[in-house]
Amino acid sequence: MSYPADLRYTESHEWVRIEGDVATVGISWFAQDSMGDVVHVELAEVGAALSKGSPACEIESVKAVSDVYAPASGEVIEINMRLEDTPEAVNEDPYGGGWLFKIRLSDGAEGMLDATAYQAHCEA
Amino acid sequence: MHLRHTPFFANHQAAAGRIIDFGGWALPVQYTGIIEEHRRVRSTVGVFDVSHMGEVWIRGPGAHAAVQHLVTNDVDIAPGRAQYTAMCQPDGGIVDDLIVYRLGPQEFLICVNASNREKDFQWMVANNPTPDTATVVDESDDWAQVAIQGPDGPATVQALTGTDVSALPSFGTCRATIAGVEGCIVARTGYTGEDGFEVFLPAEGAAQFWPAVMDAGAAHDIQPIGLGARDTLRLEMKYCLYGNDIDETTTPLEAGLGWVTKLAKPDFIGRDTLLAQKEAGVTRRLVCLEVEKRIARPHCTILSEGQPVGEVTSGTKSPSLEKNIAMGYVPRRLARPGTQVQVDIRGRTAEAVVVKPPFYTRPS
Repeated sequence: MSYPADLRYTESHEWVRIEGDVATVGISWFAQDSMGDVVHVELAEVGAALSKGSPACEIESVKAVSDVYAPASGEVIEINMRLEDTPEAVNEDPYGGGWLFKIRLSDGAEGMLDATAYQAHCEA
Repeated sequence: MHLRHTPFFANHQAAAGRIIDFGGWALPVQYTGIIEEHRRVRSTVGVFDVSHMGEVWIRGPGAHAAVQHLVTNDVDIAPGRAQYTAMCQPDGGIVDDLIVYRLGPQEFLICVNASNREKDFQWMVANNPTPDTATVVDESDDWAQVAIQGPDGPATVQALTGTDVSALPSFGTCRATIAGVEGCIVARTGYTGEDGFEVFLPAEGAAQFWPAVMDAGAAHDIQPIGLGARDTLRLEMKYCLYGNDIDETTTPLEAGLGWVTKLAKPDFIGRDTLLAQKEAGVTRRLVCLEVEKRIARPHCTILSEGQPVGEVTSGTKSPSLEKNIAMGYVPRRLARPGTQVQVDIRGRTAEAVVVKPPFYTRPS
């Protein structure tokens, strides 16, 4: 279990690192552990305008497919192309090399959980 | 809901298995990871708790005639042999797929799917043609079952018994004392495509059995294997999963199980319908698909020229082949290997091609 304190989280298990008006998004350790071996990431599209809570990309594990939701509204400005060849990075390094996409925030990033609140959510 | 535990539940907890609700049973979906466990079975040996499967016995002077009437395959096999078969309704729909083990001239053990246990037992009792001379008994609660599968499976089991189980042919079966547990039934069968055994043991022997298997397999890096890898292993072989690939609405002929449907047998439930279906030709077939880019999951629509033609019944990413593989029903005209179709995967179309089963072939 791991809940880095410098990140924000959603109840749907995305993590968010906010730097200026750019948010980097991935899925939490808890989420990747629940999914099991990740074998494919259907990446977001650069330029796509996402609204908060809308599906942004898909993660396929051996057993199932899971949607990843936009934690805030904004435009996708970068995607993690390395996941095309190494989707297992989502398992091995969920908060680092397993990041999924970056968005330029259009409405700020309100309503997310801090690490303590997210941990409580996971352990509830 | 209260989940049922197998006699090995404490072993799964001790090995940090991730426990899920599998049709009312608390069973591990994985221990260290599905891909690693899958590769362990393909490379050396893995051990599966399959105690949730049911064990129904048919015994007596009329047992052979009763089993012949109930199942599609010809169980005119010698004692010491086992056989894969289907059990059908009069309309040809599959009640269950089974393995029949003939332990003696008048003694048959029938291994049934956990989800069908009660249904199968009731069906066998209700359709027993010779109730005066053949008894049907559900002994599922008395038996634990373990599958030891992989190239090093035979050596692992052989180290636990004085019986020459290595000499058993494929689908051979015998009684043996294994890991000091008397009254085991061992068979050279499985659901992985690998060599190995399935062992039925009296449930009270479970506590000593599991650690003994782990010790015997230690030299081969044995690992416990969860339901996740059990599914990817069977899917690579195009082994059907009841409830996904076959059910009461599909017939053995449609599912590619014609090889266990012996229409020359004079009498069995479903024969007339299946004979007519054989003569008319099936309208759909269960095929193997390789799917580009994304993983097709059960209930994804199969398309041809933009039109829905069928449905995916199972799908995963094959850990052995590193390809997306699936099974599904298509009209007979599209069932030939090499046929190009498409699969609607959550609103987007992926190309797929029909391939010849199995997906995976063991290196010789």
